[in-house]
Amino acid sequence: MISSQEETVLITKKHSLAVRWFHWVNFPLLTVMIWSGMLIYWANDEYYIQLGSLTLKFFPQWFYKALNIPFRLSVGMAWHFTFMWFFAINGVGYFIYLILSREYKSLFPKRNSLIGSLQVTLYDFGLKKTKPIQGKYNDAQRVIYTVIILLGGLMLLTGLAIYKPIQQSWLTTSLGGYVAARLEHFIITIIFVAFFVVHIAQVVKAGWRNFQSMVTGVDIADTETQETIVVELPKNINPTI
Amino acid sequence: MSNSEEQKVIKKRNWLITKWLSFAALFIILGGISIIVYSIDNSFTDSGAKVPLRKVLNFNELINNKLFSVNKLAPEYQKSEAVKIAKVNGGYGVEDPDDTTDYVLILIRRDTQGKSDTVYLDMEDIKALPYKEVTFNFKCIEGWSQITNWGGVSLGTFLAHYNAGSRLGESFSKDQQTNLFKYCGLTTVDEQYYVGIDMPSCLQEQTLLCYNLNGKKLPFDQGYPLRLIVPTKYGIKSIKRIGTIFFSDSKPKDFWYNKGYDYDAAL
Repeated sequence: MISSQEETVLITKKHSLAVRWFHWVNFPLLTVMIWSGMLIYWANDEYYIQLGSLTLKFFPQWFYKALNIPFRLSVGMAWHFTFMWFFAINGVGYFIYLILSREYKSLFPKRNSLIGSLQVTLYDFGLKKTKPIQGKYNDAQRVIYTVIILLGGLMLLTGLAIYKPIQQSWLTTSLGGYVAARLEHFIITIIFVAFFVVHIAQVVKAGWRNFQSMVTGVDIADTETQETIVVELPKNINPTI
Repeated sequence: MSNSEEQKVIKKRNWLITKWLSFAALFIILGGISIIVYSIDNSFTDSGAKVPLRKVLNFNELINNKLFSVNKLAPEYQKSEAVKIAKVNGGYGVEDPDDTTDYVLILIRRDTQGKSDTVYLDMEDIKALPYKEVTFNFKCIEGWSQITNWGGVSLGTFLAHYNAGSRLGESFSKDQQTNLFKYCGLTTVDEQYYVGIDMPSCLQEQTLLCYNLNGKKLPFDQGYPLRLIVPTKYGIKSIKRIGTIFFSDSKPKDFWYNKGYDYDAAL
């Protein structure tokens, strides 16, 4: 029994321990993979974006120098081909967990999530007044997080295709060939970095209470203030009963 | 509010303890991985690679050999698809024109007593063996690739012809490979560049002792008069201007391996 004198908090389960583990372990692993990937990319840095007369090259010399990237291909390969194992195991483990635990139900997009994510985007940019239903993940989060998971899988496949293009020639061919697979591997990295930037901005915007839930696993509300927390009702339960 | 199992009212003190333990756990995960990365980066090196990374590279080689067959062929292309001018990369071992005059290939094999037996061959000896061409996507470890056409004699055919590679000078063929050394070592004429290649990859039929590029003799900077082409490995193993071929059960010294790359460079 809780005595009436003592302060209490209402906690709501949000993120499972497994999901928090996969999430936070993935962060440093992906950092090592992207950094070592840049050391490898430097040896043949052929990609650029052409916008009219403006050429954006990946990456400018000052950037390479600042991060001590030049002439470290062998270092990059050694790190990349070591940490690929941990990155792959953690990522595949996460996916298997999502399926087995049925947590994918609150993560994968629902039928109307594409339209819903548009409404979330409009709201985020101040172009729509009514706040879309948040739930554990809102529609935009469902779409984006699922795309990122799929791209993670594609990252492993494109990586294998350029790591073993002869042994896995069927894979390399089905991804459009050796040159295409390398470009795809690179583009997914750029998308990951772009996602990271938006993700951090959203986390900052959502505030501390949201951030701490990714660490503690629970959402909190002071029972005294009776702050309401939106909890998604399973579809088959009728709240009026 | 439904989902009562998902919600609890707990004492604030207990909540604070849970919260700080959770953040401590996060700190341990991130800090722990940082310490692992830091200690790898500050460990000793083995042949140019940090010891823990070198161990994983060797492990990767083991997995590669367990899962995959060395005899798998590199996809081949039409000769017409090959580039007219093949990119040149790496001048180690091909700088001195004097190396090409009175060219002799030194082949160090074993006789039936297992003693070293050196054979000196010229280009006529090599050209006397069956001619073979391979058009494949040449892949440089730097990340670029090119479809190129190469001609010469299959290294396996050459080695079998001279009974070279067997520990006791025995004859062998593609189908009957007994008592062979584990590795073949090759050095340039000036010995400035050198590679080691596992014997099965040497005997893979696309591996060429190569003297033609696009049907014409090799250009000087492509390793004239004789170079190696190993389609199933990165270009670093396709040594130019071969001076000596020898055999060993331990890994022969390898130029790029010593600078931190993996040994097998298998694709």
